[in-house]
Amino acid sequence: MEDGHQETAPTTRIAVRLPGRSPRARATERVIQGFLTLTLLSVIIPVLLIIFFLATKGAPALNWAFITQDPAMRMTAGGIRPAILGTLYLVTLTTLLAVPIGVMAAVYLTEYARQNALTRAIRLAIINLAGVPSVVYGLFGLGLFVYFMNFGTSLLAGACTMAVLVLPLIITASEEALLTVPAAFREASLALGVSKWQTIWRVVLPTAMPGILTGIILAVARAAGETAPLLFTCVAFYLFSPHEAFSWLHVPAQVHDALFNQIMALPYHLYTISTQVPKAPDTVKWGTALVLLILVLGMNLIAILLRSYLRRARRW
Amino acid sequence: MNPRPAILMLPDETAKFRVRDLGVAYGGTPALRHVTINLPDRQITALIGPSGCGKSTFLRCLNRMNDLILTARIAGKVLLDEQEILGNQIDPVELRKRVGMVFQRPNPFPMSVYDNIAYGPRRHGIRARGTLDQLVEQALVQAALWDEVKDKLRQSALDLSGGQQQRLCIARCLAVQPEVILMDEPSSALDPISTFKIEELLLELKAQYTIVIVTHNMYQASRVADYTGFFLTGDLIEFGPTVEIFERPVDQRTDDYVRGRFG
Repeated sequence: MEDGHQETAPTTRIAVRLPGRSPRARATERVIQGFLTLTLLSVIIPVLLIIFFLATKGAPALNWAFITQDPAMRMTAGGIRPAILGTLYLVTLTTLLAVPIGVMAAVYLTEYARQNALTRAIRLAIINLAGVPSVVYGLFGLGLFVYFMNFGTSLLAGACTMAVLVLPLIITASEEALLTVPAAFREASLALGVSKWQTIWRVVLPTAMPGILTGIILAVARAAGETAPLLFTCVAFYLFSPHEAFSWLHVPAQVHDALFNQIMALPYHLYTISTQVPKAPDTVKWGTALVLLILVLGMNLIAILLRSYLRRARRW
Repeated sequence: MNPRPAILMLPDETAKFRVRDLGVAYGGTPALRHVTINLPDRQITALIGPSGCGKSTFLRCLNRMNDLILTARIAGKVLLDEQEILGNQIDPVELRKRVGMVFQRPNPFPMSVYDNIAYGPRRHGIRARGTLDQLVEQALVQAALWDEVKDKLRQSALDLSGGQQQRLCIARCLAVQPEVILMDEPSSALDPISTFKIEELLLELKAQYTIVIVTHNMYQASRVADYTGFFLTGDLIEFGPTVEIFERPVDQRTDDYVRGRFG
Protein backbone atom coordinates (compact mmCIF):
# COMPACT_ATOMS: atom_id res chain seq x y z
CA MET A 1 0.00 0.00 0.00
CA GLU A 2 2.70 2.45 0.98
CA ASP A 3 4.59 1.61 -2.19
CA GLY A 4 1.69 2.88 -4.28
CA HIS A 5 2.33 6.43 -3.16
CA GLN A 6 5.77 6.70 -4.63
CA GLU A 7 4.57 5.97 -8.15
CA THR A 8 2.19 8.91 -8.36
CA ALA A 9 3.63 12.11 -9.84
CA PRO A 10 5.18 14.31 -7.16
CA THR A 11 2.84 17.24 -6.45
CA THR A 12 4.24 20.70 -6.00
CA ARG A 13 4.16 21.71 -2.39
CA ILE A 14 2.78 25.12 -1.71
CA ALA A 15 3.96 27.19 1.20
CA VAL A 16 1.66 29.59 3.03
CA ARG A 17 2.60 32.01 5.71
CA LEU A 18 -0.31 32.21 8.15
CA PRO A 19 -1.01 35.84 9.02
CA GLY A 20 -0.54 36.96 12.64
CA ARG A 21 -3.53 37.67 14.83
CA SER A 22 -4.95 41.03 13.82
CA PRO A 23 -5.82 43.74 16.38
CA ARG A 24 -9.38 43.40 15.20
CA ALA A 25 -9.50 39.73 16.11
CA ARG A 26 -8.23 40.56 19.58
CA ALA A 27 -10.86 43.28 19.96
CA THR A 28 -13.62 40.88 18.93
CA GLU A 29 -12.42 38.43 21.55
CA ARG A 30 -12.63 41.11 24.24
CA VAL A 31 -16.06 42.31 23.14
CA ILE A 32 -17.45 38.77 23.24
CA GLN A 33 -15.99 38.20 26.68
CA GLY A 34 -17.47 41.45 27.96
CA PHE A 35 -20.83 40.59 26.49
CA LEU A 36 -20.85 37.17 28.14
CA THR A 37 -19.95 38.72 31.50
CA LEU A 38 -22.85 41.14 31.14
CA THR A 39 -25.23 38.29 30.39
CA LEU A 40 -24.09 36.53 33.53
CA LEU A 41 -24.60 39.67 35.61
CA SER A 42 -28.10 40.11 34.22
CA VAL A 43 -28.89 36.68 35.62
CA ILE A 44 -27.26 37.14 39.00
CA ILE A 45 -28.38 40.69 39.78
CA PRO A 46 -32.15 40.04 39.81
CA VAL A 47 -31.60 37.06 42.12
CA LEU A 48 -29.51 39.14 44.50
CA LEU A 49 -32.07 41.98 44.38
CA ILE A 50 -34.92 39.62 45.24
CA ILE A 51 -33.01 38.19 48.17
CA PHE A 52 -31.97 41.68 49.29
CA PHE A 53 -35.52 43.08 49.23
CA LEU A 54 -37.01 40.06 50.92
CA ALA A 55 -34.32 40.09 53.57
CA THR A 56 -34.51 43.80 54.40
CA LYS A 57 -38.29 44.07 54.28
CA GLY A 58 -39.13 40.69 55.75
CA ALA A 59 -36.52 40.49 58.50
CA PRO A 60 -38.39 42.79 60.91
CA ALA A 61 -41.34 40.37 60.88
CA LEU A 62 -39.22 37.36 61.62
CA ASN A 63 -39.31 36.25 65.19
CA TRP A 64 -40.14 33.12 67.11
CA ALA A 65 -43.80 34.07 67.49
CA PHE A 66 -44.15 34.64 63.74
CA ILE A 67 -43.21 31.08 62.92
CA THR A 68 -44.85 29.35 65.89
CA GLN A 69 -48.22 31.10 66.20
CA ASP A 70 -51.44 30.91 64.26
CA PRO A 71 -52.59 33.96 62.31
CA ALA A 72 -54.66 36.33 64.43
CA MET A 73 -56.96 39.35 64.02
CA ARG A 74 -58.19 38.32 60.58
CA MET A 75 -54.72 37.58 59.26
CA THR A 76 -53.37 41.00 60.14
CA ALA A 77 -51.32 39.83 63.09
CA GLY A 78 -49.93 36.68 64.67
CA GLY A 79 -47.82 34.10 62.90
CA ILE A 80 -47.91 31.77 59.95
CA ARG A 81 -47.29 28.44 61.64
CA PRO A 82 -50.09 26.48 59.87
CA ALA A 83 -48.87 27.68 56.47
CA ILE A 84 -45.28 26.64 57.22
CA LEU A 85 -46.41 23.23 58.43
CA GLY A 86 -48.74 22.83 55.46
CA THR A 87 -45.98 23.53 52.97
CA LEU A 88 -43.59 21.19 54.82
CA TYR A 89 -46.16 18.38 54.81
CA LEU A 90 -47.00 18.99 51.19
CA VAL A 91 -43.38 19.00 50.04
CA THR A 92 -42.51 15.92 52.08
CA LEU A 93 -45.48 13.91 50.87
CA THR A 94 -44.95 15.04 47.27
CA THR A 95 -41.31 13.93 47.43
CA LEU A 96 -42.23 10.59 48.99
CA LEU A 97 -44.74 9.96 46.19
CA ALA A 98 -42.81 11.33 43.23
CA VAL A 99 -39.23 10.25 43.89
CA PRO A 100 -39.68 6.44 43.92
CA ILE A 101 -42.01 6.51 40.91
CA GLY A 102 -39.86 8.98 38.99
CA VAL A 103 -36.57 7.20 39.65
CA MET A 104 -38.02 3.78 38.84
CA ALA A 105 -39.51 5.14 35.62
CA ALA A 106 -36.09 6.51 34.68
CA VAL A 107 -34.48 3.15 35.52
CA TYR A 108 -36.99 1.40 33.29
CA LEU A 109 -36.40 3.82 30.43
CA THR A 110 -32.61 3.73 30.56
CA GLU A 111 -31.84 0.19 31.73
CA TYR A 112 -34.69 -2.04 30.62
CA ALA A 113 -36.70 -0.53 27.76
CA ARG A 114 -35.55 -1.22 24.24
CA GLN A 115 -34.73 1.97 22.42
CA ASN A 116 -37.51 2.09 19.85
CA ALA A 117 -40.33 4.32 18.62
CA LEU A 118 -42.42 3.61 21.71
CA THR A 119 -39.76 4.67 24.20
CA ARG A 120 -38.95 7.71 22.10
CA ALA A 121 -42.64 8.64 22.22
CA ILE A 122 -42.69 8.12 25.99
CA ARG A 123 -39.66 10.40 26.39
CA LEU A 124 -41.26 13.06 24.23
CA ALA A 125 -44.43 12.83 26.31
CA ILE A 126 -42.44 13.27 29.52
CA ILE A 127 -40.66 16.33 28.18
CA ASN A 128 -43.97 17.81 27.06
CA LEU A 129 -45.48 17.05 30.46
CA ALA A 130 -42.86 19.34 31.95
CA GLY A 131 -44.22 22.16 29.79
CA VAL A 132 -47.88 21.85 30.81
CA PRO A 133 -49.01 24.97 32.74
CA SER A 134 -49.42 24.31 36.44
CA VAL A 135 -53.01 25.50 36.50
CA VAL A 136 -53.84 22.67 34.10
CA TYR A 137 -52.33 20.21 36.59
CA GLY A 138 -54.59 21.80 39.18
CA LEU A 139 -57.69 21.09 37.13
CA PHE A 140 -56.44 17.59 36.38
CA GLY A 141 -55.86 16.96 40.10
CA LEU A 142 -59.32 18.26 40.90
CA GLY A 143 -60.90 15.85 38.43
CA LEU A 144 -58.79 12.80 39.24
CA PHE A 145 -57.80 12.97 42.89
CA VAL A 146 -60.41 15.23 44.51
CA TYR A 147 -63.50 13.87 42.75
CA PHE A 148 -62.81 10.60 40.98
CA MET A 149 -60.60 9.07 43.67
CA ASN A 150 -62.64 10.82 46.29
CA PHE A 151 -59.73 12.20 48.28
CA GLY A 152 -61.65 15.43 48.70
CA THR A 153 -59.93 18.78 48.99
CA SER A 154 -57.04 17.48 51.05
CA LEU A 155 -53.32 17.29 51.62
CA LEU A 156 -53.30 13.92 49.86
CA ALA A 157 -55.02 15.24 46.74
CA GLY A 158 -52.67 18.24 46.69
CA ALA A 159 -49.56 16.11 47.12
CA CYS A 160 -50.68 13.66 44.42
CA THR A 161 -51.28 16.54 42.02
CA MET A 162 -47.95 18.11 42.87
CA ALA A 163 -46.24 14.73 42.46
CA VAL A 164 -47.57 14.44 38.91
CA LEU A 165 -46.32 17.97 38.26
CA VAL A 166 -42.77 17.29 39.44
CA LEU A 167 -42.48 13.77 37.96
CA PRO A 168 -41.07 14.97 34.63
CA LEU A 169 -38.34 16.91 36.46
CA ILE A 170 -37.33 13.85 38.45
CA ILE A 171 -37.54 11.45 35.51
CA THR A 172 -35.45 13.59 33.15
CA ALA A 173 -32.80 14.40 35.75
CA SER A 174 -32.60 10.75 36.85
CA GLU A 175 -32.38 9.53 33.27
CA GLU A 176 -29.50 11.88 32.56
CA ALA A 177 -27.79 10.81 35.77
CA LEU A 178 -28.20 7.12 34.93
CA LEU A 179 -26.82 7.63 31.44
CA THR A 180 -23.62 9.14 32.84
CA VAL A 181 -22.85 5.99 34.86
CA PRO A 182 -19.99 4.36 32.93
CA ALA A 183 -20.93 1.15 31.11
CA ALA A 184 -17.76 -0.34 32.62
CA PHE A 185 -19.42 -0.39 36.07
CA ARG A 186 -22.38 -2.34 34.75
CA GLU A 187 -20.13 -4.78 32.87
CA ALA A 188 -17.90 -5.30 35.89
CA SER A 189 -20.86 -6.17 38.07
CA LEU A 190 -22.58 -8.40 35.52
CA ALA A 191 -19.31 -10.22 34.85
CA LEU A 192 -19.23 -11.19 38.53
CA GLY A 193 -22.47 -13.11 38.07
CA VAL A 194 -24.57 -10.39 39.68
CA SER A 195 -28.09 -10.02 38.36
CA LYS A 196 -29.23 -6.99 36.43
CA TRP A 197 -31.46 -5.61 39.18
CA GLN A 198 -28.75 -6.11 41.82
CA THR A 199 -26.32 -4.32 39.53
CA ILE A 200 -28.70 -1.40 39.18
CA TRP A 201 -29.53 -1.29 42.88
CA ARG A 202 -25.98 -1.68 44.19
CA VAL A 203 -23.84 0.06 41.59
CA VAL A 204 -25.78 2.08 39.04
CA LEU A 205 -28.24 3.89 41.31
CA PRO A 206 -25.70 4.81 44.02
CA THR A 207 -23.36 6.15 41.34
CA ALA A 208 -26.16 8.17 39.76
CA MET A 209 -27.42 9.44 43.13
CA PRO A 210 -25.83 12.93 43.00
CA GLY A 211 -27.50 13.61 39.66
CA ILE A 212 -30.80 12.20 40.88
CA LEU A 213 -30.60 14.48 43.90
CA THR A 214 -30.29 17.44 41.55
CA GLY A 215 -33.65 16.45 40.10
CA ILE A 216 -35.09 16.12 43.59
CA ILE A 217 -33.80 19.59 44.52
CA LEU A 218 -35.57 21.08 41.51
CA ALA A 219 -38.72 19.14 42.33
CA VAL A 220 -38.77 20.25 45.97
CA ALA A 221 -38.31 23.88 45.06
CA ARG A 222 -41.08 23.61 42.51
CA ALA A 223 -43.47 21.85 44.88
CA ALA A 224 -42.86 24.39 47.62
CA GLY A 225 -43.45 27.35 45.34
CA GLU A 226 -46.36 26.32 43.11
CA THR A 227 -49.71 27.85 43.97
CA ALA A 228 -52.10 27.11 41.13
CA PRO A 229 -52.40 23.33 41.57
CA LEU A 230 -53.11 23.80 45.26
CA LEU A 231 -56.00 26.18 44.62
CA PHE A 232 -58.03 23.34 43.17
CA THR A 233 -56.93 20.51 45.37
CA CYS A 234 -55.95 21.25 48.92
CA VAL A 235 -55.54 24.73 50.31
CA ALA A 236 -57.69 26.48 52.84
CA PHE A 237 -57.85 30.20 53.49
CA TYR A 238 -57.45 29.76 57.20
CA LEU A 239 -56.96 26.83 59.53
CA PHE A 240 -55.89 26.87 63.12
CA SER A 241 -53.51 24.34 64.52
CA PRO A 242 -55.05 21.61 66.62
CA HIS A 243 -53.99 21.81 70.22
CA GLU A 244 -54.19 18.26 71.45
CA ALA A 245 -51.73 16.75 73.81
CA PHE A 246 -49.49 14.38 71.87
CA SER A 247 -50.04 10.70 72.33
CA TRP A 248 -48.77 7.80 70.22
CA LEU A 249 -52.26 6.31 70.45
CA HIS A 250 -53.62 9.18 68.41
CA VAL A 251 -50.98 9.03 65.71
CA PRO A 252 -52.89 6.86 63.19
CA ALA A 253 -56.01 8.96 63.49
CA GLN A 254 -53.96 12.14 63.29
CA VAL A 255 -52.16 10.95 60.18
CA HIS A 256 -55.48 10.05 58.61
CA ASP A 257 -56.88 13.44 59.53
CA ALA A 258 -53.82 15.22 58.23
CA LEU A 259 -53.94 13.38 54.90
CA PHE A 260 -57.63 14.00 54.30
CA ASN A 261 -57.90 17.54 55.60
CA GLN A 262 -57.17 20.79 53.88
CA ILE A 263 -53.91 22.55 54.55
CA MET A 264 -52.64 26.07 54.46
CA ALA A 265 -49.59 26.64 52.28
CA LEU A 266 -47.08 29.47 52.22
CA PRO A 267 -47.41 30.55 48.57
CA TYR A 268 -51.20 30.60 48.79
CA HIS A 269 -51.10 32.36 52.15
CA LEU A 270 -48.86 35.00 50.63
CA TYR A 271 -51.35 35.44 47.82
CA THR A 272 -54.35 35.77 50.14
CA ILE A 273 -52.80 38.22 52.58
CA SER A 274 -51.52 40.30 49.68
CA THR A 275 -54.78 40.46 47.75
CA GLN A 276 -57.67 39.45 49.99
CA VAL A 277 -56.77 41.05 53.31
CA PRO A 278 -56.58 44.81 52.81
CA LYS A 279 -55.28 45.59 56.27
CA ALA A 280 -52.48 43.05 56.43
CA PRO A 281 -49.27 44.92 57.26
CA ASP A 282 -46.47 44.77 54.72
CA THR A 283 -44.07 43.21 57.18
CA VAL A 284 -46.29 40.12 57.42
CA LYS A 285 -46.33 39.77 53.62
CA TRP A 286 -42.58 40.22 53.24
CA GLY A 287 -42.03 38.01 56.24
CA THR A 288 -44.13 35.23 54.72
CA ALA A 289 -42.25 35.51 51.44
CA LEU A 290 -38.93 35.43 53.29
CA VAL A 291 -39.94 32.34 55.26
CA LEU A 292 -40.94 30.60 52.02
CA LEU A 293 -37.60 31.47 50.47
CA ILE A 294 -35.66 30.30 53.52
CA LEU A 295 -37.65 27.08 53.60
CA VAL A 296 -36.92 26.31 49.94
CA LEU A 297 -33.27 27.30 50.20
CA GLY A 298 -32.96 25.29 53.42
CA MET A 299 -34.37 22.14 51.83
CA ASN A 300 -32.16 22.67 48.81
CA LEU A 301 -29.16 23.16 51.05
CA ILE A 302 -29.77 19.82 52.73
CA ALA A 303 -29.96 18.12 49.33
CA ILE A 304 -26.87 19.96 48.09
CA LEU A 305 -24.87 18.95 51.17
CA LEU A 306 -26.03 15.37 50.77
CA ARG A 307 -25.06 15.47 47.12
CA SER A 308 -21.57 16.81 47.73
CA TYR A 309 -21.12 14.22 50.49
CA LEU A 310 -22.14 11.44 48.11
CA ARG A 311 -19.87 12.83 45.39
CA ARG A 312 -16.93 12.73 47.74
CA ALA A 313 -17.81 9.27 48.99
CA ARG A 314 -18.30 7.79 45.53
CA ARG A 315 -16.35 9.78 43.00
CA TRP A 316 -14.80 8.17 39.98
CA MET B 1 7.87 -31.81 6.93
CA ASN B 2 5.57 -30.29 9.55
CA PRO B 3 2.60 -32.59 10.05
CA ARG B 4 0.98 -30.34 12.66
CA PRO B 5 -2.53 -29.27 11.66
CA ALA B 6 -3.18 -25.51 11.65
CA ILE B 7 -5.82 -25.93 14.33
CA LEU B 8 -4.69 -28.41 16.92
CA MET B 9 -7.55 -30.38 18.45
CA LEU B 10 -6.72 -31.04 22.09
CA PRO B 11 -8.34 -34.14 23.57
CA ASP B 12 -11.82 -33.50 24.95
CA GLU B 13 -10.86 -34.86 28.38
CA THR B 14 -8.31 -32.09 29.00
CA ALA B 15 -10.58 -29.31 27.72
CA LYS B 16 -12.39 -26.83 29.95
CA PHE B 17 -14.31 -25.36 27.04
CA ARG B 18 -15.32 -27.29 23.95
CA VAL B 19 -16.31 -24.86 21.24
CA ARG B 20 -18.06 -26.25 18.17
CA ASP B 21 -18.76 -24.32 15.00
CA LEU B 22 -19.25 -21.04 16.88
CA GLY B 23 -20.40 -18.09 14.80
CA VAL B 24 -21.37 -14.58 15.85
CA ALA B 25 -22.88 -11.76 13.83
CA TYR B 26 -23.64 -8.23 14.99
CA GLY B 27 -26.67 -6.86 13.19
CA GLY B 28 -26.05 -9.11 10.18
CA THR B 29 -22.31 -8.42 9.98
CA PRO B 30 -20.39 -11.59 10.76
CA ALA B 31 -17.76 -11.14 13.48
CA LEU B 32 -16.81 -14.75 14.01
CA ARG B 33 -17.16 -17.76 11.71
CA HIS B 34 -17.21 -21.49 12.41
CA VAL B 35 -14.75 -21.62 15.26
CA THR B 36 -14.08 -25.11 16.57
CA ILE B 37 -11.54 -25.40 19.35
CA ASN B 38 -10.84 -27.03 22.70
CA LEU B 39 -9.52 -24.72 25.40
CA PRO B 40 -7.33 -26.58 27.90
CA ASP B 41 -8.17 -26.80 31.59
CA ARG B 42 -5.86 -24.95 34.00
CA GLN B 43 -3.65 -23.62 31.26
CA ILE B 44 -3.26 -20.16 29.81
CA THR B 45 -4.61 -19.75 26.31
CA ALA B 46 -3.77 -16.53 24.50
CA LEU B 47 -5.87 -15.21 21.64
CA ILE B 48 -4.02 -12.94 19.26
CA GLY B 49 -4.85 -11.15 16.04
CA PRO B 50 -5.32 -7.66 14.64
CA SER B 51 -8.15 -5.37 15.81
CA GLY B 52 -11.56 -6.52 14.68
CA CYS B 53 -10.46 -10.12 14.14
CA GLY B 54 -13.12 -11.55 16.45
CA LYS B 55 -10.95 -12.53 19.40
CA SER B 56 -12.85 -10.36 21.90
CA THR B 57 -16.15 -11.50 20.44
CA PHE B 58 -15.03 -15.08 20.97
CA LEU B 59 -14.03 -14.32 24.57
CA ARG B 60 -17.40 -12.72 25.31
CA CYS B 61 -19.21 -15.85 24.15
CA LEU B 62 -17.53 -17.83 26.91
CA ASN B 63 -19.33 -15.89 29.67
CA ARG B 64 -22.33 -14.79 27.59
CA MET B 65 -21.41 -11.11 27.82
CA ASN B 66 -22.51 -10.88 24.18
CA ASP B 67 -26.06 -11.25 25.52
CA LEU B 68 -25.86 -7.59 26.48
CA ILE B 69 -25.55 -6.61 22.83
CA LEU B 70 -29.05 -6.80 21.47
CA THR B 71 -28.03 -7.12 17.83
CA ALA B 72 -25.72 -10.08 18.43
CA ARG B 73 -26.75 -13.40 16.87
CA ILE B 74 -24.88 -16.46 18.02
CA ALA B 75 -24.77 -19.90 16.45
CA GLY B 76 -22.93 -23.08 17.36
CA LYS B 77 -22.17 -24.77 20.64
CA VAL B 78 -19.96 -24.02 23.62
CA LEU B 79 -19.58 -26.61 26.36
CA LEU B 80 -18.14 -25.73 29.75
CA ASP B 81 -17.10 -29.07 31.17
CA GLU B 82 -20.09 -31.12 30.01
CA GLN B 83 -22.63 -28.34 30.01
CA GLU B 84 -23.91 -26.42 26.99
CA ILE B 85 -23.73 -22.71 27.90
CA LEU B 86 -25.19 -20.89 24.90
CA GLY B 87 -28.75 -22.17 25.17
CA ASN B 88 -31.58 -21.37 27.52
CA GLN B 89 -30.81 -24.32 29.79
CA ILE B 90 -28.24 -22.24 31.63
CA ASP B 91 -28.73 -18.98 33.48
CA PRO B 92 -26.06 -16.55 32.22
CA VAL B 93 -25.94 -14.95 35.67
CA GLU B 94 -24.99 -18.33 37.19
CA LEU B 95 -22.53 -18.97 34.37
CA ARG B 96 -20.69 -15.72 35.07
CA LYS B 97 -20.06 -16.82 38.65
CA ARG B 98 -18.06 -19.72 37.22
CA VAL B 99 -16.49 -17.75 34.38
CA GLY B 100 -15.09 -14.46 35.60
CA MET B 101 -13.84 -11.62 33.45
CA VAL B 102 -11.21 -8.90 33.66
CA PHE B 103 -11.56 -5.99 31.27
CA GLN B 104 -9.22 -3.90 29.19
CA ARG B 105 -9.44 -0.80 31.35
CA PRO B 106 -9.31 -1.25 35.11
CA ASN B 107 -12.91 -0.69 36.21
CA PRO B 108 -13.06 -0.69 40.01
CA PHE B 109 -16.36 0.47 41.49
CA PRO B 110 -16.30 3.89 43.15
CA MET B 111 -16.15 2.23 46.57
CA SER B 112 -13.47 1.31 49.07
CA VAL B 113 -10.89 -1.37 48.26
CA TYR B 114 -12.63 -3.72 50.71
CA ASP B 115 -16.11 -3.14 49.31
CA ASN B 116 -14.87 -3.72 45.78
CA ILE B 117 -13.58 -7.17 46.64
CA ALA B 118 -16.50 -8.02 48.92
CA TYR B 119 -19.01 -6.89 46.29
CA GLY B 120 -19.30 -10.24 44.51
CA PRO B 121 -19.48 -12.46 47.61
CA ARG B 122 -21.99 -10.08 49.21
CA ARG B 123 -24.27 -10.17 46.19
CA HIS B 124 -24.11 -13.94 46.31
CA GLY B 125 -25.39 -13.95 49.85
CA ILE B 126 -22.30 -14.00 52.04
CA ARG B 127 -22.95 -11.65 54.93
CA ALA B 128 -20.83 -12.94 57.79
CA ARG B 129 -18.20 -10.35 58.60
CA GLY B 130 -15.47 -12.90 59.33
CA THR B 131 -16.03 -14.86 56.12
CA LEU B 132 -15.98 -11.66 54.09
CA ASP B 133 -12.77 -10.49 55.76
CA GLN B 134 -11.14 -13.81 54.94
CA LEU B 135 -12.35 -13.81 51.35
CA VAL B 136 -11.11 -10.26 50.82
CA GLU B 137 -7.69 -11.00 52.23
CA GLN B 138 -7.39 -14.26 50.33
CA ALA B 139 -8.35 -12.65 47.01
CA LEU B 140 -5.95 -9.75 47.52
CA VAL B 141 -3.12 -12.12 48.46
CA GLN B 142 -3.82 -14.21 45.36
CA ALA B 143 -3.77 -11.09 43.21
CA ALA B 144 -0.43 -10.04 44.76
CA LEU B 145 -1.95 -6.84 46.04
CA TRP B 146 -2.38 -7.52 49.75
CA ASP B 147 0.92 -6.06 50.91
CA GLU B 148 0.30 -2.85 49.01
CA VAL B 149 -3.26 -2.23 50.19
CA LYS B 150 -3.65 -3.99 53.54
CA ASP B 151 -3.41 -0.65 55.35
CA LYS B 152 -5.85 1.13 53.06
CA LEU B 153 -8.73 -1.27 52.71
CA ARG B 154 -11.13 1.54 53.66
CA GLN B 155 -9.76 3.97 51.11
CA SER B 156 -11.36 4.52 47.74
CA ALA B 157 -10.18 2.01 45.15
CA LEU B 158 -9.85 4.95 42.78
CA ASP B 159 -6.87 6.23 44.75
CA LEU B 160 -4.83 3.21 43.64
CA SER B 161 -2.52 3.37 40.63
CA GLY B 162 -3.68 1.94 37.30
CA GLY B 163 -1.70 -1.25 37.78
CA GLN B 164 -2.99 -1.71 41.32
CA GLN B 165 -6.53 -1.07 40.11
CA GLN B 166 -6.19 -3.82 37.53
CA ARG B 167 -4.90 -6.28 40.13
CA LEU B 168 -7.81 -5.17 42.32
CA CYS B 169 -10.16 -6.10 39.46
CA ILE B 170 -8.47 -9.49 39.24
CA ALA B 171 -8.88 -9.90 43.00
CA ARG B 172 -12.54 -8.88 42.73
CA CYS B 173 -12.98 -11.57 40.12
CA LEU B 174 -11.13 -14.18 42.25
CA ALA B 175 -13.29 -13.39 45.30
CA VAL B 176 -16.27 -15.00 43.56
CA GLN B 177 -14.09 -18.14 43.21
CA PRO B 178 -14.63 -18.77 39.51
CA GLU B 179 -13.23 -21.72 37.59
CA VAL B 180 -12.25 -19.69 34.56
CA ILE B 181 -10.85 -16.19 34.20
CA LEU B 182 -11.32 -14.41 30.89
CA MET B 183 -9.09 -11.43 30.28
CA ASP B 184 -9.68 -8.91 27.54
CA GLU B 185 -6.33 -7.17 26.96
CA PRO B 186 -5.84 -6.78 30.71
CA SER B 187 -2.60 -4.85 30.52
CA SER B 188 -3.03 -2.73 27.42
CA ALA B 189 -3.72 0.35 29.56
CA LEU B 190 -0.82 -0.30 31.93
CA ASP B 191 2.88 0.56 32.13
CA PRO B 192 5.54 -2.16 31.59
CA ILE B 193 6.16 -2.81 35.29
CA SER B 194 2.47 -3.25 36.05
CA THR B 195 2.20 -5.45 32.98
CA PHE B 196 5.05 -7.60 34.25
CA LYS B 197 3.36 -7.98 37.63
CA ILE B 198 0.11 -9.07 36.00
CA GLU B 199 1.95 -11.61 33.86
CA GLU B 200 3.69 -13.08 36.91
CA LEU B 201 0.32 -13.24 38.59
CA LEU B 202 -1.21 -15.13 35.66
CA LEU B 203 1.52 -17.75 35.81
CA GLU B 204 0.72 -18.33 39.48
CA LEU B 205 -3.02 -18.41 38.96
CA LYS B 206 -2.97 -21.01 36.24
CA ALA B 207 -2.39 -23.75 38.79
CA GLN B 208 -6.00 -23.30 39.89
CA TYR B 209 -7.77 -21.50 37.08
CA THR B 210 -8.32 -21.85 33.39
CA ILE B 211 -7.22 -18.55 31.89
CA VAL B 212 -8.11 -17.23 28.46
CA ILE B 213 -6.43 -13.97 27.59
CA VAL B 214 -6.93 -11.73 24.59
CA THR B 215 -3.83 -9.68 23.88
CA HIS B 216 -2.42 -7.32 21.31
CA ASN B 217 1.00 -7.79 22.76
CA MET B 218 2.69 -10.76 21.12
CA TYR B 219 5.52 -10.79 23.61
CA GLN B 220 2.91 -11.13 26.31
CA ALA B 221 1.36 -14.10 24.56
CA SER B 222 4.75 -15.75 24.10
CA ARG B 223 5.74 -15.09 27.73
CA VAL B 224 2.64 -16.35 29.52
CA ALA B 225 0.56 -18.57 27.27
CA ASP B 226 0.73 -22.36 27.04
CA TYR B 227 -1.44 -22.30 23.93
CA THR B 228 -2.08 -19.57 21.43
CA GLY B 229 -4.86 -19.04 18.91
CA PHE B 230 -4.54 -16.65 15.98
CA PHE B 231 -7.68 -14.99 14.64
CA LEU B 232 -8.04 -13.04 11.41
CA THR B 233 -11.21 -11.33 10.15
CA GLY B 234 -13.51 -13.60 12.11
CA ASP B 235 -11.74 -16.88 11.40
CA LEU B 236 -9.60 -18.93 13.70
CA ILE B 237 -6.52 -19.41 11.52
CA GLU B 238 -4.24 -21.35 13.77
CA PHE B 239 -4.20 -22.84 17.25
CA GLY B 240 -1.47 -24.77 19.00
CA PRO B 241 1.25 -24.69 21.64
CA THR B 242 2.58 -21.14 21.93
CA VAL B 243 6.12 -22.08 20.93
CA GLU B 244 4.86 -23.72 17.76
CA ILE B 245 2.69 -20.75 16.82
CA PHE B 246 5.53 -18.28 17.26
CA GLU B 247 8.45 -20.30 15.95
CA ARG B 248 6.99 -22.71 13.43
CA PRO B 249 3.64 -21.38 12.27
CA VAL B 250 1.91 -23.57 9.72
CA ASP B 251 -0.13 -20.87 8.05
CA GLN B 252 1.57 -18.11 6.09
CA ARG B 253 -0.79 -15.48 7.59
CA THR B 254 0.16 -16.50 11.14
CA ASP B 255 3.79 -16.26 10.15
CA ASP B 256 3.27 -12.75 8.76
CA TYR B 257 1.42 -11.63 11.86
CA VAL B 258 3.77 -12.98 14.51
CA ARG B 259 6.71 -11.56 12.62
CA GLY B 260 5.03 -8.16 12.64
CA ARG B 261 4.50 -7.91 8.88
CA PHE B 262 0.95 -6.64 9.39
CA GLY B 263 -1.52 -5.80 12.10
